[in-house]
Amino acid sequence: MKTTDTATPGVETPGPSGGPGPAVAKTAAPTPPKESGKEGAVLNVFSHGVLVIWAIMVVMPLLWAVMTSFKTDRAIFTSPWSLPDGLHFENWSRAWSQAHMSDYFMNTIVVVGGSLIGTLLLGSMAAYVLARFDFPGNRFIYFLFIGGMSFPIILALVPLFYVMQNMALLNTPHGLILVYIAYSLPFTVFFLTAFFRTLPSSVAEAAFVDGASHTRTFFQVMLPMARPGLISVGIFNFLGQWNQYLLPTVLNTEQDEKVLSQGLVQLATSQGYKGDWSGLFAGLVMAMLPVLAAYIIFQRQVVAGLTAGAVK
Amino acid sequence: MQHGKYRFIVGFLAAPLALYALFVIWPFIQSIYYSLTDWSGLSPEFGFVGFDNYSRMLDDEIFWKSLQHSLTLAVVLPLVTVGLALFFAFMLNVGGRRRRGAAIAGVRGSGFYKIVYFFPQVLSIAIVALLFQFAYNPNSGAINSGLKLVGLGSIQPDWLGDPNLALICVMAVLVWSTVGFFVVLFSAGMASIPRDFYEAALLDGANRFTTFFKITLPLLWDTVQSGWIYMGILALGAESFAVVQIMTVGPNGGGPDYSTVVLPLYVYQKAFRDGQAAYATTIGVALLLVTLAFAAIVMKLGRRERLEF
Repeated sequence: MKTTDTATPGVETPGPSGGPGPAVAKTAAPTPPKESGKEGAVLNVFSHGVLVIWAIMVVMPLLWAVMTSFKTDRAIFTSPWSLPDGLHFENWSRAWSQAHMSDYFMNTIVVVGGSLIGTLLLGSMAAYVLARFDFPGNRFIYFLFIGGMSFPIILALVPLFYVMQNMALLNTPHGLILVYIAYSLPFTVFFLTAFFRTLPSSVAEAAFVDGASHTRTFFQVMLPMARPGLISVGIFNFLGQWNQYLLPTVLNTEQDEKVLSQGLVQLATSQGYKGDWSGLFAGLVMAMLPVLAAYIIFQRQVVAGLTAGAVK
Repeated sequence: MQHGKYRFIVGFLAAPLALYALFVIWPFIQSIYYSLTDWSGLSPEFGFVGFDNYSRMLDDEIFWKSLQHSLTLAVVLPLVTVGLALFFAFMLNVGGRRRRGAAIAGVRGSGFYKIVYFFPQVLSIAIVALLFQFAYNPNSGAINSGLKLVGLGSIQPDWLGDPNLALICVMAVLVWSTVGFFVVLFSAGMASIPRDFYEAALLDGANRFTTFFKITLPLLWDTVQSGWIYMGILALGAESFAVVQIMTVGPNGGGPDYSTVVLPLYVYQKAFRDGQAAYATTIGVALLLVTLAFAAIVMKLGRRERLEF
């Protein structure tokens, strides 16, 4: 199983033009045919054509949302495609304060922060033991964790709701953190077990001979060595937990505790009588931009982290 | 290295395993038990009813509708998404103009395309669903007013309000948001196929169309197959729940006239809207069986000799 170096070979340097428009113009221009013949040139124009169309289809809705967030409510309904008559930044401030976007952001940061740390800590502990130690039941526990990846979560959610209710964990940030960790463990354990198996055992043995305990060896020797794997799986979990919708929708329905995704949905449903659509779009864009910006900065690691699971 | 080994193993496994057992394993086991009771979820009392819920489910018209829609998603979505993604990835990697000395070449700016295509993957499915719900709005949405702008004002479908179109609208959103992930995934796989294979085939007179089916696809088969399963599980699970629940009409989604209701949404509605927790877990068990059957069928159909290169 190779899990670490999956996506890197596919990443090529972006074209010098940086945009689809100029690239097409350049390549579609008639060039003196080489011995490769016409087939290549025709195909090249065709492939650029379809690729540009899909790129536009991906970017358009996002740009449209950004544009709409600066419009007045009236303009949104009367002329959805025209440019805003001015930059109505008050939509943004209204969304931030009156529509509780600031609270939703805060709640999400607390929950995702806590659960991300917990997931990485508990996940790496379990994965390390499962990858490095032989003991009766090792395989059974491993497959118990892995099995959780393919089961439909909604089935467990019905009883889980009442388990949480009985433990007074419903609608609390710490309850949500514990659930996020538990549901992130299958993939985390799967990924990190494979990763710990690839690390050389000589370093750990040397540390052990020098008198370090198992625990100390893990925290001071193995964890630092596992950093690339932890980053990949950390990004994967960060996005999954930040974007999580199903779990909070069922387990976290208190208005003050809502996280970003469900807060936005609630904002949208309440517009039926409030009518603050521009504020809703400002909220949507506000939630979209940080994740997109982070993705563009760290895109190599994000892609590696997200595709690592699918290629085994 | 035996010294204190078992104490260490137990110490390290206890917390993750306990958390996982309490919040994941135990609810799954409970739900199968609850499906044999008449528990409402509202009161702690319930009685054992055997397979009553299951026979009720078989007579439930809405269950059959949600099953039909979920199966449609599980068949159509992987087909369309994986197909489109393979097409785009092949264009990215092989569709370029030939450069000197290379039999095949990727298009210029393929890195740029891959970055853009991946955008929807990092967004919350809730945000995507809200965005498209607004785009589909029949009166002032982006799509219908766009149609007016280009002179197609006579075509103004009701989109999510039309029972014949609503499920297609839902599927289009799921395709939009997932294709990019598979393009990047398949691209990485294609980039690792040795170039000489293509060179040899092109020398022998094969065109690029043939090379795709004779070289690329067979060598990429394992990735395609796991992508297929991944997409199917996604179509049966949380993603389709979110899109249908947020975008479609009716109390908690699924409308119009149950034309978009899917199994996970029906479970949610029965448990948390109608107070029929036991019956909800019964439908959940059916969903579990469908998911496992789907994975088994894809594995069975997709089994081929593994090609090493």
